[in-house]
Amino acid sequence: MTMNNQGRPSRADNAALISTPTFTGNKALQIEELLSFEIGSISQTGVDIAASTGNVDRLGGLHRDDDIGLPGLSEPETMRHFVRLSQKNFAIDMGPFPLGSCTMKHNPRLNEKVARLSGFSDLHPLAPQAAVQGALELIDRLAFWLKELTGMPAVAMSPKAGAHGELCGMMAIKSALDARGEGDKRKRVLAPESAHGTNPATAVQCGFKVEAIPADATGRVDLSALKEKLGDDVAGIMVTNPNTCGLFERDIRAIADAVHDAGGYFYCDGANFNAIAGKVRPGDLGIDAMHINLHKTFSTPHGGGGPGSGPTVLSDALAPFAPVPYVVCENGIYGLVETRRAANAETAGVDSMGRMTAFHGQMGMFVRALAYMMSHGVDGVRQAAEDAVLNANYVLARLKSEMTPAFDGYCMHEALFDDRFLEGTGVETIDFAKAMIDEGYHPMTMYFPLVVHGAMLIEPTESESKRELDLFCDALLSLAKRAKAGEVEPFKAAPIYAPRRRLDETAAARKPVLRWRPEGDI
Amino acid sequence: MRYLPLNDSDRATMLKAVGAATIDDLFEDVPADALNACFDLPNHQGEMEIERALGAMAAKNRAAGDGPFFIGCGAYAHHVPATVDHIIQRSEFLTSYTPYQPEIAQGTLQYLFEFQTQIASLTGMDVANASMYDGSTACAEAALMARRLTKRRKLILSGGLHPHYAAVTRTNMELHDDNVVQAPIDAEGAEDLISMIDDETSCIIVQNPDVFGNLRDLAPIAAAAHEKGALLVAVVTEVVSLGAVKSPGEMGADIVVGEGQSVGNGLIYGGPYVGLFATRQKYIRQMPGRLCGETTDAEGKRGFVLTLSTREQHIRRDKATSNICTNSGLCTLAFTVHMTLLGETGLRRLAMLNHVTACKAADALGDIDGVEIVNKSWFNEFTLRLPKNASAVVDALVDDGVLAGVPGGRLWPDDQLAENLLIVAATERATDEDIKTIALKLREAL
Repeated sequence: MTMNNQGRPSRADNAALISTPTFTGNKALQIEELLSFEIGSISQTGVDIAASTGNVDRLGGLHRDDDIGLPGLSEPETMRHFVRLSQKNFAIDMGPFPLGSCTMKHNPRLNEKVARLSGFSDLHPLAPQAAVQGALELIDRLAFWLKELTGMPAVAMSPKAGAHGELCGMMAIKSALDARGEGDKRKRVLAPESAHGTNPATAVQCGFKVEAIPADATGRVDLSALKEKLGDDVAGIMVTNPNTCGLFERDIRAIADAVHDAGGYFYCDGANFNAIAGKVRPGDLGIDAMHINLHKTFSTPHGGGGPGSGPTVLSDALAPFAPVPYVVCENGIYGLVETRRAANAETAGVDSMGRMTAFHGQMGMFVRALAYMMSHGVDGVRQAAEDAVLNANYVLARLKSEMTPAFDGYCMHEALFDDRFLEGTGVETIDFAKAMIDEGYHPMTMYFPLVVHGAMLIEPTESESKRELDLFCDALLSLAKRAKAGEVEPFKAAPIYAPRRRLDETAAARKPVLRWRPEGDI
Repeated sequence: MRYLPLNDSDRATMLKAVGAATIDDLFEDVPADALNACFDLPNHQGEMEIERALGAMAAKNRAAGDGPFFIGCGAYAHHVPATVDHIIQRSEFLTSYTPYQPEIAQGTLQYLFEFQTQIASLTGMDVANASMYDGSTACAEAALMARRLTKRRKLILSGGLHPHYAAVTRTNMELHDDNVVQAPIDAEGAEDLISMIDDETSCIIVQNPDVFGNLRDLAPIAAAAHEKGALLVAVVTEVVSLGAVKSPGEMGADIVVGEGQSVGNGLIYGGPYVGLFATRQKYIRQMPGRLCGETTDAEGKRGFVLTLSTREQHIRRDKATSNICTNSGLCTLAFTVHMTLLGETGLRRLAMLNHVTACKAADALGDIDGVEIVNKSWFNEFTLRLPKNASAVVDALVDDGVLAGVPGGRLWPDDQLAENLLIVAATERATDEDIKTIALKLREAL
């Protein structure tokens, strides 16, 4: 055994390569953690609030006297509980998170800092307008950036997430059709088979029926097939651009013209705006509405599944139907249009779609997104789009030798592979993805879009360095080679080193256990 | 540019590897005249400049903590323990995605499971989902779920339902030409909802405490609804009230929706907040949104996954129960951490402290000549009838540094009966001195 100059062993060259289960179940830095319900107690609390005195009771006889069943933890126990849980999560701050369609880019901490200024974070949505001038200014400023970057004349700020923005856009289309007297006639919405699931779900939520547009051999909308489906019963189309195959719809203007000629509207799903922000204005391509995911393109954190924010830009044809509330400015004083009636007065009687949410949208995300945009500037936003596209193409080029791209040619911000390279190996897309976990990566989006067999959609974003991308590509190439060499078992067993092995999702759905209950309780 | 790791030499090397001469080769599918558009926007700036610019905007606002503050109506100024903000800023929570890869997302999944359990316990229901956008959109989703369950197309909105919640629900239901019956506002909370329920009714939506602060026993409404085959949707916009007031589940609600902002989350000018959604076990397959469930891994260890996703848009597409995808992830974490710190003991104390504070405020304001307290009961919010237009009074009090509450004219601009109403909330953050100040300033303004 070698010793360092303090007499401690510096190299454990005799250590046996064995793995024995530990008494605690812990694995060094991975600490097992029970549910708070299993470690806390009803009498424990981590806040110091004195019991109130006096017999003031104006609860109208509705005092709660059942056991609520909420154990508390002291502050140190709470801290340890949640820090241990956190260590079972993968995150962008730890490594590449190449989830296609999700744009997992770096979340600047400056955003977090400014969002916590008390003038924003401790501001009430119903405070008098004289007390919120700075907030309205910020919303107006962000709206200006979004309108300018998209080349669109109006933006609805209140949608709370991407799908909510889709709803806003489709509701604007429905309102416009109703105003034309064609609401009852135009009930069909066309969307590509490769669309995000939210598109058809949203259209149905608006009372439309959805029909699929087939793709052509290059992974794009089949223009002639689309034209055949158009008619005077079509409300509009929902197309993502760049699309979910990571490709720019090169016929986009012809698509827009065809839809407009048929009397319909063009909803563009803006989930992939990161590829073109600062390079291309969707407004120049003929769209009528598009939501913008501030939590994708403009760096607000995904936070383990939310909150998002989905401001929705609208064309002149749809803008009058925008939801309330919205910000107006007269002589440097900001105000709010808060009711449908007030909105209709502003637009000379055009009927606003109404209200989509209780308040003004995701203000906390607005502050973060504006901080990001101002930090980057328009030069940086453009550079980010270019780097995102370059990174994706670099990954595509480097992986081509062992993996099979779904389509020929360059891609935009995400590289799509199918599972032909795994054919006959016994390894499937899911096994390949789970093996990436053991290599220290979050898997790419898999089995989406549905039009590609065993799809693997890699979106590196602009946040990855070349060094990081090279290592990532080397790792994936090595996995592909191992799969082809017949090493099936490690793939089927993966992940081996994650806090949990593969979880039984079928059992979870068959007998759903959706909450903790004390033992013996039914 | 500080957010971009690639430098020009990397870019050149990579372009070569890709086989492109210039970056714009990669954008070859974009119509040429649309590429590299010009924008009327500034270039990049350093951190200091951004802090200065946004700091100046923030300084133009009057925050709840800047002086006496009594605004509620769906968003409440509560103290959030320092621990909460520290935990939600941990990279592993802040910068992770929806837990679709459960093996490396057990942190998120376990707190969602704890959150669902907390919400089910608080509301007195069997199950809760992993959150909606906010209380108002949760309310609309409850109406849609009741429509699916009863296959009926008429719903009734109580006059005590927050008018913004009512508006959001109406917006969503009108998409299907459903019949939305709005009961007139009744600040005393004595409206007769029961006689409105008929055999066509899918659900009746009732808020407790209502928007005026009144508490009501939902049990008779639940019984009447059930007799007609309708559902009772209970709305709770102040979740701290559940530490003092009987739960909607105990009073017979079928679906409970609410706003969770009060616990762990700030006011943030209206969002992001956290929508709560709870129901009975038998209805789980018609619920909207994500659900986290317990299972085991390949070694038999307990773990958690997103489950019943055949209800959801990414699997079920046009047959999904809702189009919701992203929800309020990190806000649910803030809720869960704060609720874990409180526990039942802390929650009950916090709730009583709110009630006692509101009682003090009501006593002080009700003493003013010409001011009438409308409510017979309340939790931490009550309504005053002033001898004059409340909007003008509220505006006058802003100049005195007091944010006095929400005037009726703001919420019901078309209803003259609401003009003189002032809805006042008092949480644990209101001090005795604040109450003295608002009483003094209100007396002066009348």
